Amino acid sequence: MVNYAYTLLIPLIPLAVFLFLGLTGHKYKPIVSGIIGTLGLGIGAILSYATAISYFFVNHVDGTKLESIKAFEIPWLHITENLTISLGSLIDPISVMMLVVITTVSLMVHIYSIGYMKGEKGYHRFFAFLSLFTFSMLGLVMATNIFQMYIFWELVGLSSYLLIGFYYTKPSAVAASKKAFIVTRFADLGFLIGILMLSFFTQTFDFQTLTNPNGPAIANNYGTGFMGLSLITWALLFIFMGGAGKSAMFPLHIWLPDAMEGPTPVSALIHAATMVVAGVYLVARLFPVYALTGGDALHVVAWVGGFSSLFAAVIACTQTDIKRVLAYSTMSQIGYMMLALGVSGYGGHDGLGFMAANFHLFTHAMFKALLFLGAGAVIHAVHSNEMGDMGGLRKYLPITHITFLIACLTIAGVPPFSGFWSKDEILVAAWHHDKVLFIIEFLVAGLTAFYMFRLYYNIFWNKDTHYHHTPHESPLVMTIPLMILAFGAVVSGFLPFHKMVTSDGMAIESHIDFAVAIPSVLIGLIGIAVATVMYRKPGSLPDKIAGTFKNFYKWAYHKFYMDEVYLFVTKKIIFRYISAPLAWFDRHVVDASMNGIANTVDATSKSVRGFQSGRIQQYGYVFVVGAILLVLLFIYIF
Amino acid sequence: MNILTLFVVIPVLTVIAILFSKDMKQTRLISAIGMGIQLILAGILVYSYLGMRKAGITDEFLFYFDALWFKTLNIHYTIGVDGISVAMIALTSIVVFAGVFASWTVETLHKEFFISLIVLASGVFGFFISLDLFTMFLFYEIAVIPMYLLIGIWGSGPKEYSAMKLTLMLMAGSALLFVAILGIYFYSAPAGGQLTFNLLEIAKNKIPIEMQRFLFPFAFIGFGILGALFPFHTWSPDGHASAPTAVSMLHAGVLMKLGGYGAFRVALYLLPEAAHEQAWIFLILTGISVVYGAFGAIAQKDLKYINAYSSVSHCGLVLFALLMLNQAAMNGAIIQMISHGLMTALFFALIGMIYGRTHTRIVSEMGGLMKIMPFLGVCWVIAGMASLGLPGLSGFVAEMTIFIGSFQHTDTFHRFMTILATTSIVVTAVYILRVVGALLLGPVKNDHFLELEDAKWYERLSTVTLILSIAAIGIAPLWLSDMIGFSLAPMVDKINSVTASIAGIF
Repeated sequence: MVNYAYTLLIPLIPLAVFLFLGLTGHKYKPIVSGIIGTLGLGIGAILSYATAISYFFVNHVDGTKLESIKAFEIPWLHITENLTISLGSLIDPISVMMLVVITTVSLMVHIYSIGYMKGEKGYHRFFAFLSLFTFSMLGLVMATNIFQMYIFWELVGLSSYLLIGFYYTKPSAVAASKKAFIVTRFADLGFLIGILMLSFFTQTFDFQTLTNPNGPAIANNYGTGFMGLSLITWALLFIFMGGAGKSAMFPLHIWLPDAMEGPTPVSALIHAATMVVAGVYLVARLFPVYALTGGDALHVVAWVGGFSSLFAAVIACTQTDIKRVLAYSTMSQIGYMMLALGVSGYGGHDGLGFMAANFHLFTHAMFKALLFLGAGAVIHAVHSNEMGDMGGLRKYLPITHITFLIACLTIAGVPPFSGFWSKDEILVAAWHHDKVLFIIEFLVAGLTAFYMFRLYYNIFWNKDTHYHHTPHESPLVMTIPLMILAFGAVVSGFLPFHKMVTSDGMAIESHIDFAVAIPSVLIGLIGIAVATVMYRKPGSLPDKIAGTFKNFYKWAYHKFYMDEVYLFVTKKIIFRYISAPLAWFDRHVVDASMNGIANTVDATSKSVRGFQSGRIQQYGYVFVVGAILLVLLFIYIF
Repeated sequence: MNILTLFVVIPVLTVIAILFSKDMKQTRLISAIGMGIQLILAGILVYSYLGMRKAGITDEFLFYFDALWFKTLNIHYTIGVDGISVAMIALTSIVVFAGVFASWTVETLHKEFFISLIVLASGVFGFFISLDLFTMFLFYEIAVIPMYLLIGIWGSGPKEYSAMKLTLMLMAGSALLFVAILGIYFYSAPAGGQLTFNLLEIAKNKIPIEMQRFLFPFAFIGFGILGALFPFHTWSPDGHASAPTAVSMLHAGVLMKLGGYGAFRVALYLLPEAAHEQAWIFLILTGISVVYGAFGAIAQKDLKYINAYSSVSHCGLVLFALLMLNQAAMNGAIIQMISHGLMTALFFALIGMIYGRTHTRIVSEMGGLMKIMPFLGVCWVIAGMASLGLPGLSGFVAEMTIFIGSFQHTDTFHRFMTILATTSIVVTAVYILRVVGALLLGPVKNDHFLELEDAKWYERLSTVTLILSIAAIGIAPLWLSDMIGFSLAPMVDKINSVTASIAGIF
């Protein structure tokens, strides 16, 4: 067997870069930070590719199972006799796939940022944080046990917080970073409770043991249930809550649109391609447990995913901030992935959904990163996020235009771009499992095509906006990553995923199901056509349609008032109805009763201190009275 | 001389040296040298302790020394350390060292200030090395008295009120404790045997269960008051708010740990049957502390109050975990003591430094300080992250050990309480990020702040010492956890073995 211990270097290099830039970055010219960060990631990417080629192709014989290999592991903390938290690196199909995704997108974002962040204050800080994020994300996907995953899960949360709040003097960015951290932290509470329950029942954290079909999690029957579900199902649901928070699933998605306050390359890396799919990765990582313990939890995963994808797609159709459109689009696409996992079974062709989810994760990373970086180039050119400030940009930004168009076609599911292949697999899996979910996803496919081309036309066609400064194409350091990602978005659909990433490690048969593919392509084309009619040229049609569905449009435009619900819970309930009264109670009841004791003692002593007056007559008087009382007492009582 | 005795002797020598100092510069230099030696000594102690364990010495207590000093009542100066006390001594020396540098600019009555501070420290060191209940109690009182002077003289705000309140409440605790210690003493040997204050001797004897039931609340609440047990925690916000920086650091960082440590060594270890019976009552109280403190912190406006309530929550978790009475949770409790000691000292140091510049501690009056003093800002963020339990810093290690350990209980009550306690991780995140946002980020609200300077060298030394310790535990917790766990195992076995016959209420 190949020794993959060197994979340890893939996260450790970014960590070293982070420490170096964090401590000494300000002493060098800004560009040095960019180059060091990029070089470090470049090495990581090369190692990841080498690992992937070695794992999937060179050292794998066709027709055999892709084994899960523990390349390295050291104990980090002993907690009980059985439960030890270890740190290490696990090499299996999904982790290797994620290594490739993360290092590729991160490398592209690093290169792009050298140009995009030029002249920004805190240039070295930006690259230090990017490296910190990359380190955490790589540690997360390579985790050998669920607790290591939790550790890095929290660290990606921190890096996300730091990067969303990168412009820390801007109040909206500060609020958004806080919101993102707290909402995901709330979800992580669920994750933690899930881990506690799971480890209590199984007495292990180790993924290989947990996901072993004969292992303690699956083989033992924890039938005794609570509210009709087995305890292991509850544990899995809590864990899924963590995943739903990170992956912005309804109703924990509210942080994602606000997270767009961060610099655009960050949105591309963290809030589109890598961190937000961590929830999908988490479910995929524990997939055998989800699938083989009754499947109730998986059912929830499917419906949460399906609902989120529809919900987000509807909102995306109404937003005018281009990054927010992309954010809702991300949420919708992750909903697709969750749904695919939810409708999947374990092993053989039943596991089609599992393969499809990971396939879509891979292709989505490429085209969504591309979309964000393209949007960044547009924002860079016109200094605004609003669609209203754009229009007719195809003349000024030719490279951005073409690559953006490719990405839009990919996400709309037009063959032969990669999105078509992965989305088709998801639809097939949904079709075989649940017709209602299939119909939802079918509709979402149409909506996706519509809102993406609405975005595309509003940026590059529509009205010929007059610009104060003529927009100009970005420098090569920004456009080259766009071209590379566009290439990835086109070709990644041809990767033989059905042989590489499957639920049980065995290759499965996969072919195009025309009964599903043709209608889904058609609805995508219809979506594009509608968008073309409405937005290619400026006109009053969009407003008219919005007027027709006035109330619904208003609700969707206001994101179904989820932010107001969030504000109500945090500001009103937690702050005004719990914390403030509690603080009052502490001061005016608990503390006051302590002071009350002191005051009572004080008052008592004041009232009795008159006895100690020093006046001899008084002493004599008291003595006589006391003596008489005592005598009377003895006579009458005893 | 026994290395442990040095921990008490060096502070005394330092105090004598301070008496001869001519000005403030000399005073603080002498203090720094004295406490620096203390820090090095703690390093040597940890190193040699681990070395002796590695060499296979399995005695429960190392560096054991015993001398009789009051024959009539059989009171001894008995000292010795196990992994737990070594860890506490290391914590104390780090916090005191950082505390001296945090009070580098104290001008008024500088001699008296540093003398009180160091006497306080010597009391704490003495407490952690003692194995004789009476000597332990003596050192405890030595630590509490200077606190009154330090707050009453060098404090701010309603300092006399706060000093009086703090001292009275802690003295009330001492009174309860004294009853417990005497009770234990009179049952420390079988009828007719030689009575003793020696912890190890007492532990061999079984105190009658009726007596234990009576004494346990005295012992636990007595120490619990010091550990901010709900509802006896109200001295903490006022006391901290009025105390000068170094005193807050020492008090929250170390003195409150005396509570947890004492509750473990005396209440739980010597009265195990009663502990098992009555744990559930105190589990509820400490469970309330954990959540209540965290919610209380959200609504506060003053930085010191926020940190004081945060301490109620974190120290509540210490007692909570101790009451779980199993190896993993108790191990977590001790790590939490160390972790909280370090990070709360860091917080108070930073609050002092910020207050020294802005002359306000009200959160809403500040803003955008990160831009003006990036060093202090980054330190604050690190302290905050440690407090909300971010991996890689000490808080995470402690909390996770506690949560996982507590959840291993087979009965639903304990597991339910654990889940209740875990909710604090979210609430903590809320108040920490609220403060970070309001204090450091956003635009600069007050133009006068623009002229303020970043940290001086002594401030940097103080904070960096604490941050490095926090990170060291957070990144490589195994040695600490194993060191504590090794010493904890026999004690936990003892606590649990004698009580196998007692059926708890749950």
